[in-house]
Amino acid sequence: MEKVLQVKDLKISFHTFSGEVQAIRGVNFDLYNGETLAIVGESGSGKSVTTKSIMRLLPEHNSEIKSGEILFEGKDLTKLKDKEMQKIRGKDISMIFQDPMTSLNPTMKIGKQIMEPLIKHQNMSRHAAKERAVDLLKLVGIPKAEIRVDQYPHQFSGGMRQRVVIAIALACNPKILIADEPTTALDVTIQAQILELMKDLQKKIDTSIIFITHDLGVVANVADRVAVMYGGKIVEIGTADEIFYNPQHPYTWGLISSMPDMDTHDEELFSIPGTPPDLLDPPKGDAFAPRNPFVMKIDLEQEPPFFKVSDTHYAATWLLHPDAPKVNPPEAVKRRQNQFAGNAPTATLEKTGQSQFPGKKEGK
Amino acid sequence: MAKYILQRTGYMIITLLIVTSLTFFLMKLIPGSPFNNFEKLSDVQRGILLDKYGLNEPLPVQYFNYMRNLVKGDLGISFQFDNTPVTELIANRIGPSAQLGLQAMIVGAIIGIFLGVIAALKQNTWIDYGSTFIAVVGKSVPSFIFAGLLQYYISVKLHLLPVMLWKGPEYTILPTIALAMFPISIAARFMRTEMIEVLGSDYITLARAKGASRWQISLKHALRNALIPVVTVLGPLAVSLMTGSLVIEQIFGIPGLGEQFVKSINMNDYPVIMGTNILFAVLFVVVILIVDILYGIIDPRIRISGGKTK
Repeated sequence: MEKVLQVKDLKISFHTFSGEVQAIRGVNFDLYNGETLAIVGESGSGKSVTTKSIMRLLPEHNSEIKSGEILFEGKDLTKLKDKEMQKIRGKDISMIFQDPMTSLNPTMKIGKQIMEPLIKHQNMSRHAAKERAVDLLKLVGIPKAEIRVDQYPHQFSGGMRQRVVIAIALACNPKILIADEPTTALDVTIQAQILELMKDLQKKIDTSIIFITHDLGVVANVADRVAVMYGGKIVEIGTADEIFYNPQHPYTWGLISSMPDMDTHDEELFSIPGTPPDLLDPPKGDAFAPRNPFVMKIDLEQEPPFFKVSDTHYAATWLLHPDAPKVNPPEAVKRRQNQFAGNAPTATLEKTGQSQFPGKKEGK
Repeated sequence: MAKYILQRTGYMIITLLIVTSLTFFLMKLIPGSPFNNFEKLSDVQRGILLDKYGLNEPLPVQYFNYMRNLVKGDLGISFQFDNTPVTELIANRIGPSAQLGLQAMIVGAIIGIFLGVIAALKQNTWIDYGSTFIAVVGKSVPSFIFAGLLQYYISVKLHLLPVMLWKGPEYTILPTIALAMFPISIAARFMRTEMIEVLGSDYITLARAKGASRWQISLKHALRNALIPVVTVLGPLAVSLMTGSLVIEQIFGIPGLGEQFVKSINMNDYPVIMGTNILFAVLFVVVILIVDILYGIIDPRIRISGGKTK
């Protein structure tokens, strides 16, 4: 499959009064044509910062892309001037935000807000743009679109507003759609509707989606592939099946164990102990080590490289090293692993340079 | 909309009634009478005068008489200016005051909003600090200092504009600038704060995500949303500027309302005090109504409609 976006060794810092916060500490991933890649992780893991940097929407005064490349159609987005970036935003890459209640301009008609990117990027006349706006509203399932197009955001409910935001994002048939927790602020029934809509639209408009969420239930619903982020890095990446049924990283185990499922009855819901790392002063070894029940000495000393589990599945944990002791994953994970078709493959240390997940310090 | 304005007009009349009554009784608390010239007037003469103008009547009767005349549109006659009707006095004086106030307000709002916007866009740069400096100076230095400085440097030293008096457009420039400093600083400060807040909101990020340029974002998305609180402050400020700044009118020798008003208070010229005050009150409530209607134009969420339906 063709790669539409490549993020290579991205490092981003924020300059604050207390010092430099290393929010992103070397992130690598590819986005393939037509796929949905979910990025999961807890608050502060860097998932939003990663995607905002793709759009170059990080605050200019205190954020800095320290190193790395974001390649899109042969261009490195990190190097583009704001003028050039304006031509890509909303046209080739567009974004859906978390809170539909605040992401529409309260003093501008819905139609005008949808027309804006059309007039800007496709040189449409006002009349044509308005017709297209009505079509888009119909596409995202808003009834009486001809009337609705002349209304203001406060006349729409939360779910309807998110549909409008999706319509704006899809206006120019973008190649990449970034959805930053698009269902977090919505109630559960509306969440399901919006997810259905997004899946439906992805089929109609051939676009790749980066879906950020902290809700694994949502991930299972939409994602082809999943990247798990922790402490400003991707710690595990694989297909949705691999992450859900054969997770390898202890952090992913923790995430999956803390997800209630049908088999959970009376026992207390699991939560990962401890707090995320302080990225003002990132730990030397594995950032997850202090919270890892399977921690080894090397976790505190060296960052683990990516170990290859399968062609599509990589995880950065020393537990996958051939010399590491075999550990028993938590019950919930084991149940899932047992469901996973076939035997869990044995991990091998990825040594080839062409890997998209090169380990920083390979070997021990 | 019509129903709303009608309803508001009803409230406005009640407000004006209260303001008028309060002013009337408070004014009567000022010691002395309009005929205090003991050297020229004998006790008998003063008695006749007080009788003639109905000032010997008990206070409630005087109040009732005044209100009855007021309803008929009769504001009475001035005691100090040769029995001229108050309406005529005000009509002669309101022109310069209103023109000066309006000019100062327009200049102040435009410059202030502009300064506030660029300060917010160029936050923490020398442009921002410069704009803040102007705002602080405009707010903390009294207008008569600006007036004096402008007269001295622009008129006396450079001979660019007339020093004072009110004889044509060129005479209005210096007092307008002096009077505009205050609205400039108010508008700039409010605008900066609001713009910074609005520019940080989600819909601005979404506008950027659509590929809008900086100017498009500032003008089409941010400005309108940031204007709402600014309109609130500028409305009443406009009234106080229009009804005359005493100090500026004195310094530039402008025949406006402010000067006449203070003179009337000193002379216990009751009808002029009442008349001027009622004019201020009317202007105030009308401006507040206009501000409320403006809100609706700027912000559809508070758009006023006759009923529930649009």
